[in-house]
Amino acid sequence: MNTDLCALSIPELQAGFRSKAFTPVEAITALEQRISTTDPTVGAFLSRNFEHAVEAASNADISLPLGGVPIGIKDAIAVRGEFCTCASKILSGFRAPYDATVIARLRAAGAIPFGRLNMDEFAMGSSTENSSCQVTHNPWDPTRIPGGSSGGSAAAVAASQVPAALGSDTGGSIRQPAALCGCVGLKPSYGRVSRYGLVAFASSLDQIGPLARTTRDCAAVLGAIAGKDPRDSTSLELPPEDFLAGLGKDDLKGIRLGLPKEYFVDGMDPRVKASVEKAVDFCAQLGAEIREISLPHTEYAVSVYYIIATAEASANLSRFDGVRYGRRAENPSDIMDLYLRSRAEGFGSEVKRRIILGTYVLSSGYYDAYYLRAQKVRTLIRRDFTAAFDSVDAIVCPTSPEPAFPIGDRTDDPLKMYLADIFTIAANLAGICGISVPCGFIGEGEKKLPVGLQFLGKPLDEAGLLRIADTYERASGFTNLRAPL
Amino acid sequence: MAAPELDVQAVARLARVALSEEEVATFGAQLGRVLEHIELLGRVDISGVEPTAHANPVFNVLRDDEPIAGLQKEEVLALAPRQANSLVIVPKVIE
Repeated sequence: MNTDLCALSIPELQAGFRSKAFTPVEAITALEQRISTTDPTVGAFLSRNFEHAVEAASNADISLPLGGVPIGIKDAIAVRGEFCTCASKILSGFRAPYDATVIARLRAAGAIPFGRLNMDEFAMGSSTENSSCQVTHNPWDPTRIPGGSSGGSAAAVAASQVPAALGSDTGGSIRQPAALCGCVGLKPSYGRVSRYGLVAFASSLDQIGPLARTTRDCAAVLGAIAGKDPRDSTSLELPPEDFLAGLGKDDLKGIRLGLPKEYFVDGMDPRVKASVEKAVDFCAQLGAEIREISLPHTEYAVSVYYIIATAEASANLSRFDGVRYGRRAENPSDIMDLYLRSRAEGFGSEVKRRIILGTYVLSSGYYDAYYLRAQKVRTLIRRDFTAAFDSVDAIVCPTSPEPAFPIGDRTDDPLKMYLADIFTIAANLAGICGISVPCGFIGEGEKKLPVGLQFLGKPLDEAGLLRIADTYERASGFTNLRAPL
Repeated sequence: MAAPELDVQAVARLARVALSEEEVATFGAQLGRVLEHIELLGRVDISGVEPTAHANPVFNVLRDDEPIAGLQKEEVLALAPRQANSLVIVPKVIE
């Protein structure tokens, strides 16, 4: 067989299955071999069950929308019988007793959930360095971080270890690693995808979404996982949509793209700025009308986020108490000792830091000053977007202010790490959808580091957002990028 | 807004996390800087603005009242650090 099965996109895999050029078992076997040779360098996978995957592949119904397609899974999403640890010691050895709704839907669409992908512990981080399990390396330059928190998902896709993966995005955790690893990452609108079976971080912000090497593949995965779920009361009842239908356009004529002046800030890497400006010019060449817009409350987004997200996290993570599942400290003297020590031993530094901040901003006497004020500024941030979308169809801006930074570069400075999310956070606060696509490279020594371009769309306008991203991606040629490994 | 008066040790106890002396010192300094940054929000005029808890305000969502299979008792109990007689075992909580 001459074709490198690991290089194929989802439609190429499906065409091969249907023409009997190769089988789903051959595809998963090729990926397993690729993982065996590349993952000692990348470190994306925490575990994988190849035997199960082969069994599923041998029974795959290739007539289904994702029939026989392997999808990597972030370690925060429950797959029945498999480890689900959120890369945390407190869940070490925990196996999920049920499938998340997105997993059940992937299976119903014929896909094969394959492997557990590394992440920042409980999705708290922007570099995957907060994993308690292992370091994940950027496939484009293994001395650098892959971004986070879905760093394992982005690295596995960029390293051609899987054609697509699921991640979760609370403040940029799909889009930022996608940008830093040169792949496409979609955060759906709040309410588009059920979170049942996703370990909760910040419930008013969390969304599950796909990462892949093309926008089309992200659209195919979104089509499978989207929809109302009685088990997640925030999922919305919406008419079924074919997210692939509008793709394949050659130009952006008639599309109004907003360029937010607040998103080109001092302190961002000038090479990222240049790359994004070139991409915006290219969108104009493709026929888009570029309009300068203002999102005046942008500078407050990081502060609002670190109040709301930590507050919600402190509540959500109270379930890890050492009682019903997960790690329990040895020989507790009483129940308080059991809680205090199980959580002290189980959680890493960043998780403790955020639980403490979240508990503080919710505590008596500080609630109004922090949490309530943050929720009000959140309203203003949301209104900024509503006003902007009156005059534009989508917003175009950088995904991350800088390319992948060296491993260990800023682990001692949480505030600096938090500011890495400056361009992605507002979308979660406003509940809109966003996608990152590659738009160029920055040379760094012998290596080249990918740069991401972010499009932000109106709430529930994934179809429009995907259409724009797909047109840009194919016309620009920054499509199906594969890290040289 | 209130000046940051973060007593890390006290908040950690509320959050049921034991911290070492070193962690108390490190977190205190780091979170002090984060809270300083957050003070920025004091500048925003929020008079008359309603808070947003969720991007899509939906209320009273109920699913159809149809029984569906839950998880198997044995399977769930097997996840507990200690269990016996179909119960999760914890240290004595009532004197």
